[in-house]
Amino acid sequence: MAVDPPPRPRTRVVLADAAGRRGGTDRARADLHEQTPIGEALVKGLMRAQLALALRLALVVAAGLGTLPLLFVAAPAVGGFKVLGIHLPWLLLGLLSFPFLVGVGAAYVRWAERNEQDFTALIRRPEQ
Amino acid sequence: MNPYLAPGLVVVVLLTVAIGAYGLRFARTTSDFLVASRSVSPSWNAAAISGEYLSAASFLGVAGLVLRYGVDVLWYPVGFAAGYLALLLFVAAPLRRSGAFTLPDFCQVRLKSTVLRRLATAFVLFIGCLYLLPQLQGAGLTFATLTGGSYAWGALIVGVVVTANVAFGGMRAITFVQAFQYWLKLTALAVPMIFLILQWQSDGRPAVTPPQGAVFHTATTVTIEQDAVLDGTVQVKAGETLRYAAGDAVPAVSTVDAEFGQAWLSPGRESLFATYSLILATFLGTMGLPHVLVRFYTNPDGASARRTTLVVLAMVGLFYLLPTLYGVLGRIYTPQLLMTGNTDAVVLLLPEAALGGGHLGRMLGALVTAGALAAFLSTSSGLLTSVAGVIFTDVLRPGRNGSIRDFRVATLLAAVVPTGLALFVSDMDVSRVVGLAFSVAASSFCPLLVLGIWWRGLTAAGAIAGLIVGGGAAVGSVLLTVLGPTLHVGIAEFVGQPAAWTVPLSFLVMVGVSLFTSRRVPGDVGATMLRLHAPESLRS
Repeated sequence: MAVDPPPRPRTRVVLADAAGRRGGTDRARADLHEQTPIGEALVKGLMRAQLALALRLALVVAAGLGTLPLLFVAAPAVGGFKVLGIHLPWLLLGLLSFPFLVGVGAAYVRWAERNEQDFTALIRRPEQ
Repeated sequence: MNPYLAPGLVVVVLLTVAIGAYGLRFARTTSDFLVASRSVSPSWNAAAISGEYLSAASFLGVAGLVLRYGVDVLWYPVGFAAGYLALLLFVAAPLRRSGAFTLPDFCQVRLKSTVLRRLATAFVLFIGCLYLLPQLQGAGLTFATLTGGSYAWGALIVGVVVTANVAFGGMRAITFVQAFQYWLKLTALAVPMIFLILQWQSDGRPAVTPPQGAVFHTATTVTIEQDAVLDGTVQVKAGETLRYAAGDAVPAVSTVDAEFGQAWLSPGRESLFATYSLILATFLGTMGLPHVLVRFYTNPDGASARRTTLVVLAMVGLFYLLPTLYGVLGRIYTPQLLMTGNTDAVVLLLPEAALGGGHLGRMLGALVTAGALAAFLSTSSGLLTSVAGVIFTDVLRPGRNGSIRDFRVATLLAAVVPTGLALFVSDMDVSRVVGLAFSVAASSFCPLLVLGIWWRGLTAAGAIAGLIVGGGAAVGSVLLTVLGPTLHVGIAEFVGQPAAWTVPLSFLVMVGVSLFTSRRVPGDVGATMLRLHAPESLRS
């Protein structure tokens, strides 16, 4: 983690009805101050990095879990295969899929935070 | 009746009220509630989200489906958990940074369209009702199973109790209450399971799938509820009582759809289309459920929203290890449920069936029932609160000075439809109805959120068209399945499990129409994207 950011003025956000009436001006204005073409390109870069990361990990899940139904149909013998007395599909779906999902999630959190730290460092670098 | 039951249920209700009252000291108004919640650590927050998420469908329904159909339905728990991974990867942090509190609110923030907002409101109401329905069904079923009373009374009582609770603020969606409910639900399944496995060991590890098909473990009496044919030969009438000795084969009843032989053990019962449809619906539907999004706002910032989601994924995954085991052991100890079709009751009946009617069996039976009660209370209260909130702000529109009375009217409105429906559709598997709610969420809000967060080109017109075409197709399919006539087998598959075609349809229409109306991309999309994706530390 980086050093704690300096405290910023607290924004009061009211329930659902508020967002419409405010018209998004006062909230967006603060952000708009930084809206230069360079700033825009930087944000696009961050989005691209985060999306690529998310898609890559989604692909890992699609390959790891999403191909299982096809595998069971294509090779029914897999369904009869036993590990420790338990049929493989039961073991894969009932037990191993959960730690797999958590592992992918943990990897995502770690890398997504690294992307954000890189972005923050890029923005905060001293002016030359 | 089980003597430990009433005290157990009273303790759950009292503890819930006590913790709620303790929490209320920190949260007197809505904004107090939000501020107090912002100081909550990710692990408490995650327990609260999990507590609200693990519903009757998870607590009772998954085990019932496993008992009935075997390995193919394991995609339900896997999908229910994996939904949080999709939420984490594509939605969690940007959604928190958007500051949106409800899904209609997100539409407003991102696309500035009132029409879209109203449409989103309609979808939230539909999904909320559809998701409340199985909770009440589960409650009715539990009531009928344990007291022998009628199903309708059980559904009605829980419907009224939850409505009164939410309307009078007796159980606000307070972090500590929901967190307590998570640990209660986990304990209520885990502790009896330890004893059940020990019992199974001491019984000499009876086979889950004996070669001759399911058999009765002990002498059992079964009352037939509908006229039926046993094993395709013997006619039985409703009300008839059948006696079986230990070791007798369980006959297949013509009115109950279940797997009896080795097919239970291996995949392939469901078609590939149905399986992938279910996977899409559950993986992508979680992010569109109305009560899930509200809780994300209680995180202090985007990064902690991510960490919270990861902990939720772990907690939900841990929980889902258990219902499968109940379903499997149910094959041995409660095979009569395969004859009555009342498989959703397996979690409730298994402890007494396996451990006998002694004190241990009864105490553990009371414990799982208490867990089931926690499941109904937490999920339906959370759902009802968020649906009533949307009715309050978007339908009744009381203006800034909306009174508590208006909120109570909204709660009543939100509760009437699902309660009424629950009285009429009692014969559907709890998890199936939940699966339908997920397919609607996956084909409406998932594309809206994912495209809204990651694609600058999305326009209000595109989002509206996608919601109407893709979401509408899913809604139509659900209505046809729940209320419509019996369909031809080929069509029934596409309609009964629609996500595999409605989700891509919704994405395609949203992208296509947005490209056609690309001139109407909101002018401040750059600012919105900065807000959604830049870490909070850069805001000033």
